[in-house]
Amino acid sequence: MLRSKAFMKKTRKGNVVRVEREHYLRDDIVCSVDGCEQCDFTGSDTLLVTSASNKFTVSHPVLGRHPRQTARFTTPSLVVPDTNVLLNQIDIIEHPALKDVVILQTCLNELRNLSLPTYHRLRTVIQDPDRRFYVFSNEHHRDTFVDRLKDESPNDRNDRAIRRAVQWYADHLATLNPPVSALMLTDDADNRRKATEAGIPNSSVVDYFKELVEYPELLDMIAQVSLSHDAADRRVHYPEYVTKLQYQAGLKSNKYIQGSMNISHHNFLEGHIFGKVNGEERSIAILGRDHMNRAIQGDVVVVELLPKSEWQRTPTEILLDEEEVENDDDTPVEGQEKGKDSASAPVSSSDSSAMPAQPTGKVVGIVRRNWRAYCGHLDPKAGRSRTKQSGAQSILFLPMDSRIPRIKIRTRQVAQLLGQRVVVAIDSWPTNSKYPLGHFIKALGSAGDRTTETEVLLMEHDVPYQEFSRQVLADLPSEGDEWIVQDQHLHNRQDLRHLDVCSIDPPGCTDIDDALHCVLLPNGNYQVGVHIADVTHFVKPNTAMDKEAATRCTTVYLVDRRIDMLPALLGTNLCSLRSHVDRLAFSCIWELDTEANIVDVRFTKSVIRSRHSFTYDEAQSRIEDDALQDTVTLGIRNLNQLAKKLRARRMAKGALTLASPEVRFNLENDSQDPVDVELKELKDTNALVEEFMLLANISVAKQIYETFPDTSMLRRHPAPPPSNFELLAKSLNDCGFELNASSSKDLSNSLDRVVKPDNPYFNKLVRIMTTRCMMQAVYTCSGTVPEEEFWHYGLATPIYTHFTSPIRRYADVLVHRLLQACIDREAPYDPSILDKNRMKEQSDALNYRHRMAQQASRSSVELFTHLFFRHKKVLEEGHVIRVLKNGFSVLIPRYGIEGFVYASTRGSEAQKQAVLQYDPTSNTLHNPASDATIAIFSKVKVLITVEKESLEGTEHSTSTGDQPTLREKMQVHLVEPAIPELSVPVPADATVGSSNKLEVSSLPDGAVVVNDAGAQKGAKPCESTAPSKRRRIK
Amino acid sequence: MSRLELLSPEGLRVDGRRANELRRIACKQSVLSDADGSAYYEQGNTKVLATVYGPCEPRNKGQALHDRCIVHVEFTVAPFSTSERRQRSRSDKRLLEIASGIRQAFEAVIISTTYPRSEISIYLHLLQDDGGNLQACINATTLALIDAGIPMTDYICACSAGYIDETPMLDLNHLEEASFETPDLTIAVLPRSGKATLLQMESRLPADRLEETLHLATEGCRQIHKLLDAAVQENTGELILKYANAI
Repeated sequence: MLRSKAFMKKTRKGNVVRVEREHYLRDDIVCSVDGCEQCDFTGSDTLLVTSASNKFTVSHPVLGRHPRQTARFTTPSLVVPDTNVLLNQIDIIEHPALKDVVILQTCLNELRNLSLPTYHRLRTVIQDPDRRFYVFSNEHHRDTFVDRLKDESPNDRNDRAIRRAVQWYADHLATLNPPVSALMLTDDADNRRKATEAGIPNSSVVDYFKELVEYPELLDMIAQVSLSHDAADRRVHYPEYVTKLQYQAGLKSNKYIQGSMNISHHNFLEGHIFGKVNGEERSIAILGRDHMNRAIQGDVVVVELLPKSEWQRTPTEILLDEEEVENDDDTPVEGQEKGKDSASAPVSSSDSSAMPAQPTGKVVGIVRRNWRAYCGHLDPKAGRSRTKQSGAQSILFLPMDSRIPRIKIRTRQVAQLLGQRVVVAIDSWPTNSKYPLGHFIKALGSAGDRTTETEVLLMEHDVPYQEFSRQVLADLPSEGDEWIVQDQHLHNRQDLRHLDVCSIDPPGCTDIDDALHCVLLPNGNYQVGVHIADVTHFVKPNTAMDKEAATRCTTVYLVDRRIDMLPALLGTNLCSLRSHVDRLAFSCIWELDTEANIVDVRFTKSVIRSRHSFTYDEAQSRIEDDALQDTVTLGIRNLNQLAKKLRARRMAKGALTLASPEVRFNLENDSQDPVDVELKELKDTNALVEEFMLLANISVAKQIYETFPDTSMLRRHPAPPPSNFELLAKSLNDCGFELNASSSKDLSNSLDRVVKPDNPYFNKLVRIMTTRCMMQAVYTCSGTVPEEEFWHYGLATPIYTHFTSPIRRYADVLVHRLLQACIDREAPYDPSILDKNRMKEQSDALNYRHRMAQQASRSSVELFTHLFFRHKKVLEEGHVIRVLKNGFSVLIPRYGIEGFVYASTRGSEAQKQAVLQYDPTSNTLHNPASDATIAIFSKVKVLITVEKESLEGTEHSTSTGDQPTLREKMQVHLVEPAIPELSVPVPADATVGSSNKLEVSSLPDGAVVVNDAGAQKGAKPCESTAPSKRRRIK
Repeated sequence: MSRLELLSPEGLRVDGRRANELRRIACKQSVLSDADGSAYYEQGNTKVLATVYGPCEPRNKGQALHDRCIVHVEFTVAPFSTSERRQRSRSDKRLLEIASGIRQAFEAVIISTTYPRSEISIYLHLLQDDGGNLQACINATTLALIDAGIPMTDYICACSAGYIDETPMLDLNHLEEASFETPDLTIAVLPRSGKATLLQMESRLPADRLEETLHLATEGCRQIHKLLDAAVQENTGELILKYANAI
């Protein structure tokens, strides 16, 4: 084994120091090509002494004997991509057509520094044995290592290293019979030239994939990094970015401000970052295409402040100006559409009253791009003229996310892709291109389709929804569903199978996390146990399954499906605490006195056997049925008593009861189309279970924090700043109520007082609105925030964590591990639970995934609401919950949905006129003609419809005459109070209308929901009494 | 922030070694002519100079023991040993700890009853620091003591091992040691009997991983013993030649 040394210089913390590191060169790194006789595949990777580290054994040979040969490269060639190909063309690298690839260590290291996400994607590909990707450690190979020459840049050195490695492979394999070669894949012309000079086979990406004729979609997937000359738009020229060195100096001298770009949902030309202006944390507006300078939502940007005279004063006007400029610039069609966009942007009322100038800036540099793959559809207009041509054409892609600009892509499949949901990635945004350039990744299916749209919303919320990989499934117990508790499992576990444990869950629940028991002790106290599924028994740290769960972080519940965090075998079977089977559990057992004070608490791993899985209703009826006196029922009854006391005490401490309108869809069995919506109801037994889960979580939080003060995973809920409540408090004041939000206790008390005898829903409405004023609860690693900030505002407890749902939340899995390490110090534990940084990273991931999961669920509900209302027109009663300058939001309690009613007639910019006048002092909208006033809490009647947001004024593409709906939007029209010009006449049949313009419902029964005050629901055949003269207001 | 990949999935460490490989070791005895015994020892980029004086009369007579000699160890770190210059005080607790560990380890092998009422002084200078200081010092001391002709029952060979990414790793360099919370243990072994005379560990290591890590470190000690033994034999051979020529 040859050992030699290399020297490197490195700077650290600003000081330039010389760091010397050893660099060993080896002679045992193999080429890993099947059939190579020069390399010894047996020895190299079995040198590891221990068996524990089998994760590093690569089973050589990785590469196949017969790599692909193409028309141009008649010798079968291994493909060796360079760093930029890996970085830019990762989508195509992931395509299964590409096999027998050598990834050089040089490229891998460079890639890791350039983009960690791309690196991880590549690693996933490498791990797949079917893809035959081999990592060749050329930097440590005796024959392929190259020293940096004098005056050679690191990039040049790396290019040379790559060429040397390709050369080595080509020479090394030439002796094989039939010969195999290696082919360097690079888009760097200079590199290709040098390679050709040295006689190294090379190709550009396009040239190589052109020859793979059996995969035509590959060419669409090639990223276009620079704009071809003819496509360059001479009218557009963005300013160049400053260099890294410049902006780093600028950031240091406070000339520039760094922040994450946040673009308005209503206007993609308006963004802001948070940053320090004169030492004060403020929001800095960035307006208009030029100032945004190619920054996209989520990018970390460097911003330079504009002079004060140019700061934004009245946001709406400047915004509209920008729009106008925009319109002139665009084709007339687009302009019209944009005009509509700007009109539909609800303008925040609080901003409109002469506001102080807001800091405004422009983007001068980008620290990190945060591009991902975007879902959307192709612009149907653009493709129209050239659809018949074959070959690639440029087309605009309209992303679903309104914050993302359109993306220009090249594709050969325009005809197929129109009307489909497609996924597109951004490759680059050159200064001379108005829109970013991207490439097609895949098509998801036709737009408007339920499964496609569900996939879209999963992708848009970054939910990992793929099936579990083989490696993950391999970590499941080999017995499969035959797995049973055996004596060996009883080691270090308490046998609690004699206890009368039962579980209480919603109907149809298959992943039962928790079960309870209660026993009266001889001393008059109660022994209460909460038993949580022992997921960590199955999910061992650092297994593939654990890693997958750590990435997924949470189970995502959509209306019609569930994206599991753990494979179903665990979630719904082996871990689920089902009745009448032995299951492993993690138990938290208290001794409570009759007043529900904790006398003693202990935690133990256990084995339990649930006596019964109740639904909330069943448990409720057991409690109420006096005839039942069995031990299980008695237990539930005692638990209920204790829960009430716990709850009372919690309330006294200031815990909040908040509300959110949650709905449940009744889906039709076969088609999974929604047939009915109902609000979720809460029962006494819900509260029972909740109360003990809270108690368990609090007890566990105390315990783990005591043992691991630095690395406990806690959940905290910061107190909302008082400013959040200002608007609500003012509106309530107008109704004669006082809202005191100085502490959670005061808030809770004042919420209790907000009762209108004539409106039973009023209190709930206020609670819903209060919920929106709250901060998000977050997971925190205890070592990263001071102890006083652990406070959970909503629950009014000084410390809290999540322990009770390990099947669906990864935080609970971590907490289980921490708790296990607390109670059994002998037991082996994963060292990473003591690593503060790792815990911090994990908690950030948890928060992100958690937020995304919530949004995905909400979007799913929205999607189903749309489907539900698609062929209906429903008259509903609603409450105004937000008044803005150009309209108001209505919450419809029956469906838990919210809609926006505009204060002006719709139409083009010029015709538009405000029907309602906004009064900033009272925060109301007033219509002088009918003397109607819209204020917060006003009761209104609205008509709910779903309308296709078709692109008006454009003829539909000729080739696809029947355009599928691209975007559907739920519209809410005001019915009462009647305001001329604005409110819609109630359709002829007074309650329900159905337009015969819409296609006949695909719902077989065509059920309609009629609602008028009494909330009667009934299936009534849908009559087609079309109100043909009904004015259509949009 | 991305963590440094200390062990690549291909099984190579940052410097190109595999998990169970030592760094390059170079050593030489009798490097200083004035000292009674001396040795220069390199393990990778960690470089140590050890000098031995004695046995001689104790500097502090009160410390003298009537039946055996005392061992005195001083460990100093050169300010230029790390990439950033730093002067370390003599009373640095870290240094004193290492010195006392070495003293205790060698008191067990030096046949001290040969030299009652005397003192053996060992001076260790760390010239360059690239991790694994303790093991390098111990190995250097063994060579220097042999060079000084102090009777010992056995060599002492020390080696360190750590536990990174679920893998026991032999002979950590500075980069690997410095990464967050790497468990790092050093064991000093008497190769003939296989007994350990020093075992030290920093940070935490899961108890069930201790054995394999320890096993790996012991394996390393055995390899180091071979290298030290070869160096001693070479030096002795040279000495014999020298004396033969002198006669």
